[in-house]
Amino acid sequence: MSAPTGIGAAAQPSHFAFDAENLARATTIIARYPAGRQASAVLPLLDIAQRQCGNWLPRAAMDYVAGLLDMAPIRVYEVATFYSMFNLEPVGEWFFQICTTTPCWLRGSDQVVAACERKLGIHVGETSADGKFTLKEVECLGACVNAPIIQVNDDFYEDLDGPSTERLIDELAAGRVPPVGSVIGRQKSAPDGGPQVLKTIPPRYEWTLEAPPAPPAGSDD
Amino acid sequence: MLQDKDRIFTNLYGLQGPDLRSAMARGDWDRTRDLIAKGRDWIVNQVKESGLRGRGGAGFPTGMKWSFMPKANPDGRPSYLVVNADESEPGTCKDREILRHDPHKLVEGCLLAGVGMGARAGYIYIRGEFYNEASAIQRAIDEAYEAGLVGNNACGSGYDFDLYLHRGAGAYICGEETALLESLEGRKGQPRLKPPFPAACGLYGCPTTINNVETISVVPTILRRGATWFAGFGRPKNAGTKLFCISGHVNRPCNVEESMSIPLKELIEKHAGGVRGGWDNLLGIIPGGSSVPVLPRSICDTVLMDFDALREVRSGLGTAAVIVMDKSTDIVKAIARLSKFYMHESCGQCTPCREGTGWMWRVMTRMVEGRAELDEIDTLEDVSKQIEGHTICALGDAAAWPIQGLIRHFRPELERRIGEYKQRAGRSALAAE
Repeated sequence: MSAPTGIGAAAQPSHFAFDAENLARATTIIARYPAGRQASAVLPLLDIAQRQCGNWLPRAAMDYVAGLLDMAPIRVYEVATFYSMFNLEPVGEWFFQICTTTPCWLRGSDQVVAACERKLGIHVGETSADGKFTLKEVECLGACVNAPIIQVNDDFYEDLDGPSTERLIDELAAGRVPPVGSVIGRQKSAPDGGPQVLKTIPPRYEWTLEAPPAPPAGSDD
Repeated sequence: MLQDKDRIFTNLYGLQGPDLRSAMARGDWDRTRDLIAKGRDWIVNQVKESGLRGRGGAGFPTGMKWSFMPKANPDGRPSYLVVNADESEPGTCKDREILRHDPHKLVEGCLLAGVGMGARAGYIYIRGEFYNEASAIQRAIDEAYEAGLVGNNACGSGYDFDLYLHRGAGAYICGEETALLESLEGRKGQPRLKPPFPAACGLYGCPTTINNVETISVVPTILRRGATWFAGFGRPKNAGTKLFCISGHVNRPCNVEESMSIPLKELIEKHAGGVRGGWDNLLGIIPGGSSVPVLPRSICDTVLMDFDALREVRSGLGTAAVIVMDKSTDIVKAIARLSKFYMHESCGQCTPCREGTGWMWRVMTRMVEGRAELDEIDTLEDVSKQIEGHTICALGDAAAWPIQGLIRHFRPELERRIGEYKQRAGRSALAAE
């Protein structure tokens, strides 16, 4: 996979259209924005198109979205090339986005990258020969207290190290999807070993307003 | 230490469900109609009196920000609330916990903030990578609509308020409020020149206020428990409780809600199990997300975690993301990696940032090895100051500050590497003769 990144780099399908389900999704999303402001829907619609295409965005899909939103195609290409989540060429079934920004790096993201490369025999930026795995290095994923992190398709695997990364790859290769989140069993972002505060959730706070509100018409309390 | 009874985000760790029923049991949506009935001015005044400052990094007083919104819309333009859920500042992962575990705090906060600023609609802009978190928020919005809590006649108050989710697609710059608006309008996320400010001309050219997730999510609790309660935490002008993210070389990294102005050392030792190898093994801490300058141990010993205390030591509270580095850290490499981040995330609009972030990263890469001249340290600092303040948005500043902090506190380390590199180069030159 050494083709240069860019529109038209990969083998492009000649045609694209949303299937019925995605067209309904797109209609719902367009309705969230005021009339005449349908261009606001370009990011969500490109995301839907990318999902329909198997996690990459061919040019025909961009043109289709441009037509649907009454946008000039160049405006859609600009967006598709600006945002990092649009894949302009095909990626593997399991798309590994490995965070290597400083908080992940401090916790050992180098070992996570090395484990991926060793296990899959490919480098960051490449796809395995069987088309199953693609490795990409990404910037901060926003789960830094659970570092290091890999985003696999839509899900975060957290608190990784070399061996647990290799196990993750083994499982996925065998067709099993491990539970997402912390691989060391942490309760979300609580400290390892369990929450030190909020071990039980306190009862809700009982409150009164200092002056009673003016009751609106028809108020019953 | 903050007591559990004073915590706002009681489901921070997801021990309970994020659903409406569980949220109501925790106190969300409790007589929201009564709060709305108190009126717009009351809400803004309560938020002003609480001392709440924006939780997204800049720390601007929230109530004052809302008061910039027009009181009436004679030209027929609607006003908008936009929630910034584009959490991407390295070190920061607090909004994620609200989005996935306490989404109703945000949804209810949107309604109350909407009333406070006269907005009839709100958009929550969430980073695209937070797919599961976006699903959680969408579920909460759907539940709120079904229960009549938002939408027409929200909570039976007579106020109409619509709320929508919008997913981004991977761009740190969209956390900058005007870049976020550009992105929300369907364009590349490139910041806008100000003025006009969003309160006058924001989303679709309409009056708009952009607030961080945490800022909006604490509002319902402030209104219920009173401005005085919230103002009782932290030092004056640094009020409230705050979510802190403690990452890096600590024994137990975690998120935790604490009182503002807690000493940094106490925060780390009480909640994160202390620095790996003990406090004496500490090298430095980035106290507020990647954009703020690193602090050496001597300052970390005593500094308080609030806006003013950290500004006094020439750093910042930022997003309150505490990145801890012990003595095993290659501090130059740690900062160089941040330079790479800013190079990657520069939107390319302003020349000083587009060119400067790449230049700084290339020089920093040489500084990691020591492959540089001593006077290049001053050149690097000088160039960083040419970038700072000379761009449309603060990304240029954010790229400059970590390097300035490194030079301010770790110059001897940079000099040592340059000296050692020269010695090695000299030896190999001799060996080659």
